[in-house]
Amino acid sequence: MIDVIAGFLLIAGALMATIAAIGIVRFPDVLSRMHSATKPQTLGLLLILAGLGLRLQDLSDITVLVLIALFQLLTAPVSAHMVGRAAFRTGLARRESLTVCEFDTDGTWDTEDDGGSPGTTR
Amino acid sequence: MTVVGTICAVLLSITGVLCIVRIVRGPTMLDRTVAADVFVAACAGAIGIEAAIGRHDTTLSILVVLALVAFLGSVSIARFAAPDTDRSSRDDEGQEDGS
Repeated sequence: MIDVIAGFLLIAGALMATIAAIGIVRFPDVLSRMHSATKPQTLGLLLILAGLGLRLQDLSDITVLVLIALFQLLTAPVSAHMVGRAAFRTGLARRESLTVCEFDTDGTWDTEDDGGSPGTTR
Repeated sequence: MTVVGTICAVLLSITGVLCIVRIVRGPTMLDRTVAADVFVAACAGAIGIEAAIGRHDTTLSILVVLALVAFLGSVSIARFAAPDTDRSSRDDEGQEDGS
């Protein structure tokens, strides 16, 4: 029974990766591709690690699995933040696709605070 | 478990092929970076699934290293794509990205 649950978790994790890859190919710009790229990095890997923990059922192994999940959850947002910022600063983010934009066109902070309403996106 | 392994292998193979398609096509360097990140995540998932099917823990250390180091590549590429030192050089970089 535990093996069945583990198998479902593993397949769900692999399915996350496939869905993300379809999104990577189909989505139009960098930011929406990043949106789909986060699925296997966090949820997919966590599902696979949960299935792996159910299969191994050893306390020291599960400790290592928790460490892996922790490291992944710490490092994935860092790279996503850097890539997203670089995409914004090189002008790859489509301004009309943003509902809230707190930056001016040159990438600096919008000093006159208009709340970042959609009407002010350029 | 063999059935699970086959299904996961097929799914992750599709993932790898689609990521490589985006790496080859992707109009900018950041697209390729994101696709390479997904490829690394799929590789980590493949290592985990293999360990789960074989019920062994020898490859767990590889997963630890991947979770710790995989973000360095995309961070350094992102830094290279947009160095925020001075604003005057930013215009030429936007054109270099298309190459």
